Amino acid sequence: MLKTFRIGGVHPPENKLSAGQAIKTAELPKQAVIMLSQHIGAPAQAVVAKGDKVKVGTLLAQAGGFVSANIHSSVSGTVAKIDTAVDVAGFQRPAIYIDVEGDEWEESIDRSETLVKECNLDSKAIVERIKEAGIVGLGGATFPAHVKLTPPPGATATILIINAVECEPYLTADHQLMMEKGAEILVGTELLRKAINVERAVIGIENNKPDAIAHMKELAAAYPTIEICPLKVKYPQGGEKQLIDAVIRRQVPSGGLPIATGAVVQNVGTAFAVYEAVQKNKPLFERIVTVTGKSLAHPSNLKVRVGTPLCQLIDACGGLPEDTEKVISGGPMMGKAVVSTDTPTTKGCSGVLIIRDLESRRKEMTACIRCAKCIAACPMGLAPNTLMNATDHKDWERVEKEHVMDCIECGSCSFTCPAHRPLLDYVRMGKARVGAIIRSRNAK
Amino acid sequence: MSQNFIVSPSPHVHSGNSVSKCMYGVLIALIPAFLVSLYCFGIGALVVTLTSVLACVLFEYLIQKYLLKVKPSICDGSAILTGVLLAFNVPSNLPIWIIIIGALVAIGIGKMTFGGLGNNIFNPALVGRVFLLISFPVQMTTWPVPDPLSMNYLDAETAATPLGLMKQGLSVEAMTTDMLLGNIGGSLGEISAIALLIGFAYMLIRRIITWHIPVSILVTAFVFSFLVNGFDVEGAFQQLLLGGMMLGAIFMATDYVTSPMTPRGMIIYGIGIGLLTIIIRRYGAYPEGMSFAILIMNAATPLINKYVKPKRFGEVKK
Repeated sequence: MLKTFRIGGVHPPENKLSAGQAIKTAELPKQAVIMLSQHIGAPAQAVVAKGDKVKVGTLLAQAGGFVSANIHSSVSGTVAKIDTAVDVAGFQRPAIYIDVEGDEWEESIDRSETLVKECNLDSKAIVERIKEAGIVGLGGATFPAHVKLTPPPGATATILIINAVECEPYLTADHQLMMEKGAEILVGTELLRKAINVERAVIGIENNKPDAIAHMKELAAAYPTIEICPLKVKYPQGGEKQLIDAVIRRQVPSGGLPIATGAVVQNVGTAFAVYEAVQKNKPLFERIVTVTGKSLAHPSNLKVRVGTPLCQLIDACGGLPEDTEKVISGGPMMGKAVVSTDTPTTKGCSGVLIIRDLESRRKEMTACIRCAKCIAACPMGLAPNTLMNATDHKDWERVEKEHVMDCIECGSCSFTCPAHRPLLDYVRMGKARVGAIIRSRNAK
Repeated sequence: MSQNFIVSPSPHVHSGNSVSKCMYGVLIALIPAFLVSLYCFGIGALVVTLTSVLACVLFEYLIQKYLLKVKPSICDGSAILTGVLLAFNVPSNLPIWIIIIGALVAIGIGKMTFGGLGNNIFNPALVGRVFLLISFPVQMTTWPVPDPLSMNYLDAETAATPLGLMKQGLSVEAMTTDMLLGNIGGSLGEISAIALLIGFAYMLIRRIITWHIPVSILVTAFVFSFLVNGFDVEGAFQQLLLGGMMLGAIFMATDYVTSPMTPRGMIIYGIGIGLLTIIIRRYGAYPEGMSFAILIMNAATPLINKYVKPKRFGEVKK
């Protein structure tokens, strides 16, 4: 029996159209737009000014707090302006515009392809390198990596879990990265393991990627500390809490941090970025992006410099089809629909998904028939229908009592509802409101 | 460049399931039982079912259009399902005018007074059935005997059902195999346990319903009747095959709208129905108690939903 998480879950069609496509390097943009907020937490503070010359890997902005991350230039050229740009959520946010000239890298970066296994740094120095390199969780949540690697006082890490689940439909970036950079990922895993001083690391991979499981198992044979753990396919297994439950059978307590279970989870792409940062001295300024969609001519996995506009990635894969009505940054379950394809790529962008007109529209909502499919689907064991009704009635006390803050916004409820009710929309609304109420209560 | 994309919150895909797919799925699951009743009761089964379905759909349409003044939703299949289930719960020689009254009560009182699909507290088909049982006790308990492919409708030969005989303390001649196949007297859709179980399997595979309600009803009824009927294994087993037990457990009690929403709630509800049915059969005035048991537990469903919550992830014990 393959392992999986114990509560809820759904099986959206996988549609991994770009599986097996070798990673291609996307062309450099003419102008890179680098957002100052590419992570959860405080925005970074710009340390360059208009007219400054920058190289690939030059620090552009410094972390704006503990939960924040450095941002480096992904291109070489001149800073054209520091202004705002529309982010994936549709908001104007501060960004640095760089006119690209050539492709000159900082000398400190080792650009060779040779695998460097040895590392004599201690855990503190590794975390420091990761922090300097501006690494954030590359699965999409973009939580600064060094924060997770620094457990709060009183908490002790006992296991490292590498998230190579990639449970979002369509996305294949992590899958292809494992096929091409498996050895580097394992070194990165060892570095992360050393950084938190634990004996054991587990790489969780869903069973719909048998080639990746076999490949990683073969490579990991040389590492007694790393175990490859195949998982039964079920969405949202890539959710941090669900993955911990699947791998070590421990549930993060409601309202608590994942470290309460002793587990530290990092994405497989993050592990690769850690390898590059620590062994090659390369900051995080590029990532693998899956560009896909049923109507797209050539679904692909691209290596993309941060700041490249999405339209350029789409053009590289055959151009935006005429009947496109929705473009999503990320996967179809949790990704964000963008306002414009001029939106720049960020560290957290795991995919660009093109959706045709017919599929992009929601169906009309009908009355709830109390079929309880949302309750069966919820991986957090909540009652989405109750939360929706209580939110609709603005009964915030009830919304809080029904544990709205536990929701991970995976979308399983809305996905499964036969009456096409927008359950997650309402739950998000309730969550935002209750979150504000809790904050103001705690402030008193 | 102006781009007119649709911008909406995630998720951006849907399972493709719909209310009508659920309803038609249940209807497909009822086909085996319908075929058995067509074979056993002939033309009567067809007339009763057609009348009931047409009447239910018509009443739903008229009430929605002219009384509630909303867009009629007869295409979602719920009125058809109510019609079929009502027909399955009455004898196949029931006069047409009585069926129409039953359909009016089922749709009008059982469903629409509460606000339509999703809002009713009681299973509409059972509201109709129980109304008819109380109002027309003679017609509702005059059961035609199985007569393969019979062309007799109102003048079909009748006899008491095995449960009725048991109630009068008479011995039951029917064999367990007859009960499994449907070669016994009874309501239109309830006679063949096997046909109903095939429907159950279909609904489980299609994930239309879960096992919790039917299994908890049947297990409870078996154990309880084994205890109160003198530790008779075959007798307890026959309790499951007779009357509306299978039809009720698989198709009536599992109605989405009127049953609890959590697995634990479903099991409590199922145990309640199993116990009440056997209590009514053993100690009550009626030979059959399934309908009443389900309706009573329907009434308890909001309470169960209020107190029985799903098992939460990472629940912190207080």
